[in-house]
Amino acid sequence: MDTVGSELIPALLTARVKLERLRHGVSPFVLDISLEVSPGITILFGPSGAGKSTVLDCIAGLVRPDSGRIIAGEEVLFDSQRGVSCPPQERRVAYVFQTLALFPHLNAEENVAYGLDGMPREERSARVQEILMAFRVDKLRARRPAEISGGERQRIALARSLVTQPRVLLLDEPLTGLDAELKASILDDLRAWNAARRIPILYVTHSREEVDALGERVIAMDHGHVLSEGTPTQVLEAPRRKRLAQAAGFENLLSGTVMDLREADGVMRVRLSESACEIEVPLGYAMAKDRVRVAIRAGDILLATSQPHDLSARNVIEGHIVAMETRGTLVRARVDCGVEFIVHVTPGASRTLELAVGRLVWLVLKTHSCHLVEE
Amino acid sequence: MNMDALLLSFRLALCVSAILLAGGMPLAYWLAYSNWRGKFLLEAVVALPLVLPPTVLGFYVLLAMGPRGPLGKLWQTLFGHGMAFTFEGLVLASVLYSLPFAVQPLIASFESVDRKLLDASAVLGAGPLKTFWRIILPLSIPGVVTALVLSFAHTMGEFGVVLMVGGNLAGVTRTVSIDIYDHVQSLEYADANRMALVLLAISFSVLSVVYAVNRSVGRQIGRRLWTPWAAN
Repeated sequence: MDTVGSELIPALLTARVKLERLRHGVSPFVLDISLEVSPGITILFGPSGAGKSTVLDCIAGLVRPDSGRIIAGEEVLFDSQRGVSCPPQERRVAYVFQTLALFPHLNAEENVAYGLDGMPREERSARVQEILMAFRVDKLRARRPAEISGGERQRIALARSLVTQPRVLLLDEPLTGLDAELKASILDDLRAWNAARRIPILYVTHSREEVDALGERVIAMDHGHVLSEGTPTQVLEAPRRKRLAQAAGFENLLSGTVMDLREADGVMRVRLSESACEIEVPLGYAMAKDRVRVAIRAGDILLATSQPHDLSARNVIEGHIVAMETRGTLVRARVDCGVEFIVHVTPGASRTLELAVGRLVWLVLKTHSCHLVEE
Repeated sequence: MNMDALLLSFRLALCVSAILLAGGMPLAYWLAYSNWRGKFLLEAVVALPLVLPPTVLGFYVLLAMGPRGPLGKLWQTLFGHGMAFTFEGLVLASVLYSLPFAVQPLIASFESVDRKLLDASAVLGAGPLKTFWRIILPLSIPGVVTALVLSFAHTMGEFGVVLMVGGNLAGVTRTVSIDIYDHVQSLEYADANRMALVLLAISFSVLSVVYAVNRSVGRQIGRRLWTPWAAN
């Protein structure tokens, strides 16, 4: 299906986009971003309001940037200097919206065939049939969007975008609200589809779990800027900014002062602000007396109801529970140790340990569960 | 019963609603989607007939159509006779008078189409025209039916504008409502009543049809308005 040329030259999407939006009552939103998306899936990750969807809108041509250049393969889609701005219907950029935007009055087959006007009837129905099979929704061809389940709708939205043989695929949190298994199965189908075609796919998400599950190249952005890029581990395990750290699932962000460095052990001691609490964290770029922030995941903290002995973990802190709350399959406890920690335990553990508000507990932190975060 | 008057009213209402549907759609499209700053002015002009007394509207239309009015002069050179007190003049006046009844339901239904669907249509390669025919219009069918029926029924029942612009010429400009007025003036209450009943019956059945169609179409395209209390 692909021409020889497009197989030899891997299609690349490059976008440099600047955009300023006045907002009522607050400082203007500034988007200033430059990214390169190679064939395969690239994740655009950041908290809501970071400007991720606006980037996609600019690439698709639904929003016109103030300045910049967007190139897909060899085609210039937008170039403010040369006055080029290709309208969205001519860009061949497929875009799956968070709301999917399936046409409610058309059935699945008509939805998928929508982008194939002007093609001979037999070829069109063959293409539609092929992609419906690839995404395993060929049995639903006569159903309207309101008559099918969420996961099936997502498959049909993907099929509708991809059947047009786009140059680029943009996905705006297309799989939110699906359970992990369904998500994985849809992603497998998407990967299988793209294995032969190798188009750049830009996948927007604010969910850390999704980044881990996809495991591809990540571009992290916030406040309209790129913060870092790399593998999920590089980008997520060493969060560089407070807001990103929160987005990456660090429930505990504590500020403190470096007491002393123990370079031989590769650690340093940090006293958490306004408390007598001292913890050992991995050596970072800091000097004694520097103020630092430490990020710890609530799920990385162990909880004991009697003082633990003989542990490899270096940090054992005494405190008592001030609040407990059950959220689905985990219990979220707030523990006051002079500073407040948030700890996640399973409901079973909570029952066995008879955790309750007011109970004296000890928190156990492995040194390498404590991440230094730049101020 | 005066069948002439009834047929004339029908013919007038058909012409007017056809013209309003054809002309109202592009106007409503523009009013629904344009970002022009001065749009509110045109919106106000379109809504004017809702608040103006029909006599005021009729008066100015009559002046424009008169032998010294711009429209009247143009008509005279084109067709060799005046425009006032003709069927065509009546059609023009009625189109203006019923404009908001056609345009406002269209605007409302165009605006209620999810903008994301328009974005989706564009990124799937459709230009504005295809998007209108394939997405906006099918999803606006209840609005189109409402516009059509309201302009038809409103024209059937109009009185003030017709009287000002058309006068009372049998077979040319004497519509149902004028006929009723005539009968009442001559104290022929029985005749007036027959005519009035016909108009009442027509208006009621026409409106019933609108609501029935809107309900079934709305259900088909999944756009039925409902409250949680009416779910069962």
